[in-house]
Formats: sequence, C-alpha cells, structure tokens
Amino acid sequence: MKSYVSPEYIVERDQDRCIRCKVCVNQCSYETHYYDEEDDIILSRNENCVNCQRCATFCPTQAITIRENPNHYRSNANWTQEAIAGIKKQAETGGVVLTGMGCDKPNLTYWDRLLLNASQVTNPSIDPLREPMEMRTYIGSKPDSLELDAEECGGVMLKTKLAPQLRLETPIMFSAMSYGSISLNVHKSLARAASEVGTFYNTGEGGLEKSLYKYGDHVIVQVASGRFGVHSEYLNAGAAIEIKIGQGAKPGIGGHLPGEKVSKEISETRMIPVGTDALSPAPQHDIYSIEDLRQLIYALKEATDYTKPVFVKIAAVHNSAAIASGIVRAGADAVVLDGVRGGTGAAPRIIRDNVGIPIELALASVDQRLRDEGIRNKASVIAAGGIKSSADVLKAIALGADAVYIATAALVALGCTVCQKCYTGKCPWGIATTDLWLTKRINPDLGAKRLSGLLRGWSLEIMEMMGGMGINAIESVRGNRLLLRGVGLSDTELKILGVRMAGE
Amino acid sequence: MKDLAKTNNPYGDEKVFDACSIFGMMNLKGERFSAKDPVRAIANMHDRGNGLGGGFAAYGIYPEYKDDYAFQIMYLDREAKKKTDRLLSECFNILNEEEMPTQEANVRDPPIMWRYFLQPKKSRTKSQPADDYILEKVMRINTETGKAFVFSSGKNMGVFKGVGFPEDMAEYFCLEEYKGYMWTCHGRFPTNTPGWWGGAHPFNILDWTVVHNGEISSYGINKRYLEMFGYKCTMQTDTEVMAYTFDLLMRRQGLSIEVVSKILAPPLWSEIDTLIPKSELAMRALRQTYGSLLMNGPFTIIVAHQGEMIGLTDRIKLRPLTAAEKDDFLFLSSEEAAIRLVSPMLDRVWSPRGGEPVIGRLESPEVVEVLV
Repeated sequence: MKSYVSPEYIVERDQDRCIRCKVCVNQCSYETHYYDEEDDIILSRNENCVNCQRCATFCPTQAITIRENPNHYRSNANWTQEAIAGIKKQAETGGVVLTGMGCDKPNLTYWDRLLLNASQVTNPSIDPLREPMEMRTYIGSKPDSLELDAEECGGVMLKTKLAPQLRLETPIMFSAMSYGSISLNVHKSLARAASEVGTFYNTGEGGLEKSLYKYGDHVIVQVASGRFGVHSEYLNAGAAIEIKIGQGAKPGIGGHLPGEKVSKEISETRMIPVGTDALSPAPQHDIYSIEDLRQLIYALKEATDYTKPVFVKIAAVHNSAAIASGIVRAGADAVVLDGVRGGTGAAPRIIRDNVGIPIELALASVDQRLRDEGIRNKASVIAAGGIKSSADVLKAIALGADAVYIATAALVALGCTVCQKCYTGKCPWGIATTDLWLTKRINPDLGAKRLSGLLRGWSLEIMEMMGGMGINAIESVRGNRLLLRGVGLSDTELKILGVRMAGE
Repeated sequence: MKDLAKTNNPYGDEKVFDACSIFGMMNLKGERFSAKDPVRAIANMHDRGNGLGGGFAAYGIYPEYKDDYAFQIMYLDREAKKKTDRLLSECFNILNEEEMPTQEANVRDPPIMWRYFLQPKKSRTKSQPADDYILEKVMRINTETGKAFVFSSGKNMGVFKGVGFPEDMAEYFCLEEYKGYMWTCHGRFPTNTPGWWGGAHPFNILDWTVVHNGEISSYGINKRYLEMFGYKCTMQTDTEVMAYTFDLLMRRQGLSIEVVSKILAPPLWSEIDTLIPKSELAMRALRQTYGSLLMNGPFTIIVAHQGEMIGLTDRIKLRPLTAAEKDDFLFLSSEEAAIRLVSPMLDRVWSPRGGEPVIGRLESPEVVEVLV
C-alpha cells in the first residue's frame, strides 16, 4: 500500500562540505543515509529520519541540517498535522500509534508558572560559596515524636528506633528505567553516578544485572507487575524496594518488551527465555485493592528483615490524594507520584497524551491531604515526571516533595535528544536499545561523568537559589509553599497548588 | 478570627514582617523585683523599634492566684466581650474578673482589656489534662468568637503589650506596680502598620512566652507542620510559630530545652557526622524527625515559662544576643549597653554562639551553656 504519510523531516546535505566520510551512514540506525558509489555521493531517505541529530552532531564538517518538512497540510487548529498524519498511519497499519518519552503537549506544565522568592532587607541572603548550604535528605518514615534519655554527661540517648532511611546528598534520584528498555551501559552509568554523588538509581522492572550488585547501596530495586528478575537476592541487593503500581506516561496499562530485545543477558536478568516477549500486566495481579497492597509491602519488608524502606509508585491520576493516603496507611515508607509528563520506553500515544494529571497538582494535593490527616511524616513523597531543571526540583520540594526522580533529564545528559522513538529499539544514541552495535555508543565512564556533572550542576544551582532565599537547609524549603508565587493561574489552580498569586 | 487576622495583617501579607529589640532579666533565686530596670533597659534600645509595638511578660506577679489561670483578653468591641464571657462562664469557674488597670500614656487606640482568674470546670475537662483544655479553649476564643483575643493565659504570670514604644506600654499598664522574678521585654519594628494590639510581643500560650527578633524564612513549613498537630497560626507571625513549637516539643512531647534548641537550630550535618556514634544517632534522628521545625533565617528569641528563661539564636547567628550575669541575676539582651545601663558592673558577660541556648533556671543559680 502506498503510504500517504509524508516524511516529517528533510535531510539537507551541503555537498560542498561533505567529504564522503560516511560517518552519517554508520551512525544512523534508521538507514536514513546511504552512499552511492557510482556517483560518489551520500544521499538520504527522508522518510526514515526521526530527527535525533546523531548524524548532524557527528558530521565532522557540519554538512548536515535536518529541517521540518515544510510540506504541511492546510493549516487547521483542530485538524493538526499530528492528527491527520496519525489517522493516515493508523489506517495503513490498523494498529495503535506508539511513542516514547513523555507527553509533548503544551499547557500541562505548571513549573514555569511558579516563581521562587529571594531575601531583601528583612532577612539576609546567604552566599553558598562562603557558607554552609545543606542539601542532605533522608527518605523514609519518620515518627511523630522522639523519646530521648538524658545522660549524666549532658548528652542524650535515643530511645525511639527509626524506620530505615535512605540518605541522599542531593534530593535528586534517577527514576526507574528497566534493563531491556535501556542498555546495560546506561544502567552502569546511572549506578556509578548515583554512587559518586551519593544518591540512588532505580532498576526499573527488569531486574538488576549481576555486575551491578556492587552498587547496591545506591540502588532502588523495583518490583512491578511482571515480577521480572525478582528474587530474594535481588530484593536484598538494593537499599530500598519500589513497588510499581503505575507510570505517568501510561497510567493503567502494562508494558511490553518485544522478544527481539530479550537477549541472553537480559533473559538471565529478567529470568525469562531468550527471545520471548516480556509482558507486564496492567495491574499487579496480587493487588486488586489497598489491603492487598499492604500484604505485598509487608511481604517485601519480611523478605528484607525490615531493613529497607519500601516505596509505592503510582501514576498521578484524579484520586491521587486519597490513594496516597491509603498507601501511607498500608505501610509504605515513601509514595512516588509520576505525573502526566513522565517518560516511557514505549506507550500508546493516545494514553501518554491523555491519561493522568500534571505532577504539580497531584503533588500539591497529596502533600496537603497527608498533612490534613496528620500522616505526612509517616512517609516521604517523591515527585517524578517532567522535571527538566534545578528550578523544577526546588519548586517540587517547596510544593511538598522530599525528593524528585529524574529520568528523561538523565538520558538527555547522556545524549538523548527526546526524539520519542525509544520504542523502535534502534536508538542511535545507544540508550534505548539492546543492540550491541548501538549500546557501545555509551561509554559508562563518560556516561557516569556526564550524569554526575548534571547532578552537581543542578545541586549548585539549588544551593544558589536557597541561599538567595536566606535558607541554608533543604528541609526548610520542603513543603514551604510561601516560597512560591504563581503567575497566569486561575484561583482554583492557585488553591490546589496552595500558592499565592505573584504580587499578593 | 478572620477579623483579627485582618486587623493584625491588614494587607494580607503572607506573614507579618518585623525586627526588634529584646531584653530578659531573671532573678535565679526567685526574688521578685519591679519593672523599673527591665523598662529602662528596653527603653535604652528605643531606636531598634519604631513605636508600633512593645510589650512585657512578667512571672510571679499574681501570688494570690498562683494556682489559677490568669486570662488577659483583648476585645475589639463590647459584643465580642459578651460572647466570650458567655463561653468563659460555660467552661470555667471564674474566681475573679476585672478590667485591667491602666493609666494615661502615649498610646493609640487601646482595645478593651479584661483580666480573669479561672479554673476549668471539672465536669467538662473529663480526663483531659487541664493545660490541653485551656489550650483548646484559647484556640476556640481566638478563632470563633470574633474580635476577642486571649493574649495571656498562664498561671501566676501575665503579658502586657500593645501598639506603642515599650516604655509607653509600661506606663499605660502601670507596670511599676507589679513585682516579678522574671521579665522579658520587647520593642518592635514592624514593616506595616498594625492596628491591633494583639500583634505585639510577647506572644503567649499557657505560661509560655516568646519575644523574638528576626524573620523565619522557614515559616511556611513550620506553620504547616504545627497545623498537623492541631495548632492554628492565626496571628501570622513568626513568634506565634515559635510559641507553638515550644508548646508542642516541651509541654506535649516532654523534650528538654537542650534538645529543643538542637531542633530549632541544629548543628550542621558536617558536625553531626563527626560526633561519637551514640550522639550522631540521636542528633541525626532529631533532624530527620523534626526537620520541619528547623527555624531557618535570622532570629534571636527569649523564651520563658514558669521557672525558666532561655535565650537562643539561629544556628549561624544572624541576629545579636548578649548574655550576662551579676550575682543572682541573669540578663539576656539584643545589646550589651542595655544590660550595662541597669547593672554597670557584671560578673560575666558573653556572646553565646549561634544555636547554643543560654538557660536560666530557678533554684539552680548556675547558668548552663550547653555545647554540642
């Protein structure tokens, strides 16, 4: 059938600059470029191009420019290019339109409509280059009060035993991305960076590869509906366990790792045969309600002798506040909220862009609900989904998060350009693929360096912003919504966010 | 209470911003003395205030009613008093009540002020501790009756405050006629024009009083944390947050002032990490559990309750505090000059380090300075 879908991008090559080195031919995993020996010329198949910028970045003579295809359908605010092309594609394939990464629609982000405060006159700002600035954060359940015994020497002795806690030197962790959806080299980079900076990386639902067990002190192991790679040693290898109920990019639906991606190494880690599809059911089939969740939380605590905090991750949806309250009462040490802009390796585009709510609103209502019920300290709250700068991190903490998870930002640090084609398994940047020819494009030494560079850079920026507000410990920002003001928000939005209007 | 919050904070700022002079004077043997010296000392720091707030807390001033709760209430109108009186007689046995004695002075728009000596009605407290009962009723009067504000509710102590310079307040309330063993004083420099006398310091709940100089940058979260434990921060001031924090941690949870000072102004993590394991564990747990009560930003406070006076600054000491001793007296002050004015020769005078409390206790004349 002749496809009516026109190419999204046009590859332009300056033939005067091109030296026929074939770097582009070799770098493109979509076979966009090819060399014509007869004419000694490199040509492109526009329809294959995903605009990942791999070729343009690596072209030694900067001969390549990728442009959006100027051939547009007639402009129509309702029948957009995406809507028309999507229908044509579906008519031709009869399938679900897949995509990768997070929702790319405008107007779903609130971070940019929230602004931070700074000290002027009535209190001094603090210079983080000259004065201490404390970012350390502990994730885990905290008691209502402590019992202490005074000692003769004037010291005190702690009588209360605290639940297990994770110590973060910066309140940013790497969110769940399974081994299989991304490569081992990416996992290695994440694990090393987390260890170096003093934070945590999340395995995702694909298990933990044997060679990464040594980073266990900085690993959060995930237990998802497919239970891939879950065994006693795995649970005990990490510093914390995360039960994945849902994901912001695809709330309510499961996952599917195609058999082609299940190589020998992945099959060993996931504990499934080579080449078989890895299907994660939509629900966890032993959790059909909150009391079942409690049983799983405690089964995992039993399995690890109550030494590790157990997180429960949900997608941000309409009833998040009530659900989160139930999760805390069920015994979770931390609630993870993943907003509508959270990324994925593969999801139906219709789900990604239409299901779930923005993290800012979910976070604000969950934090407030837990406070209204007097149980906010019983669990930490971790925000995820669409955090793209240090300012977003700080705003999330001011809204009420203890820490945030980043994943897309981490991949971008490794080279990802958010082309949204992760589901093809052909990532030219060597990230969302298990093809060994591509995965070697990520060097774990350099990858770890880039990732720790990102965390360090963001941490420095957070310290600058905190110092500007006259605050030298992150716990004084956490849930301190007076540090925020809104612009361009309705009264209802301001009310839900618990934030005052700028100028007020 | 909407009325009062509005009066106290007319522009609806997120909170009331102010800076101040503070002074505290305590006889560690419990011998009572008049307001003369404390008033002279706070008046000496006149320029640290701007005439928009001044006040005093005095302990040991009502020996004849020492076991009864002394409620001092401000009313914006007669109607509010009527309503409150009804509530009071419902909940309490009123042993005595009178209009607070005042005299002509350089003050503006004083509200109606009434003093009651009360005992909770046994039939109504049930198994509830008396202090909790009082706290609940104070919150109720302040939030429900409208235009009424309990500005003093402890036993054998009283708060006297309003809009004006502290020395004018002292004159208005005839303070020279009172004798207490411990006085704390405050001169205020708010950045707006408060129309309401209740917004002045000291802030009080039960027999706890706080006078405070500074701005708490962590106010937003301190307030939200306290709300989880049933406190309603109706006055929108840092000082109120301080007072409730002390009530929660010391009265309700039974923590010592030494421990509480480490919650409000904790050591840095880099210092905690180097402690011996047992202390490290305790100090870490304090920060983990009570991180939301860390008071960030510049502050000096003098907190007092029956038999104890505590001076504390923020952990990097962004506001001044000087302490001094002379015979049985302990002094705490924003400026040393104010102490020297009333006691030129001192046995000892020092500047406490950031986050280290100076504690004066009755019957234990030794002043304790707690180190990390």
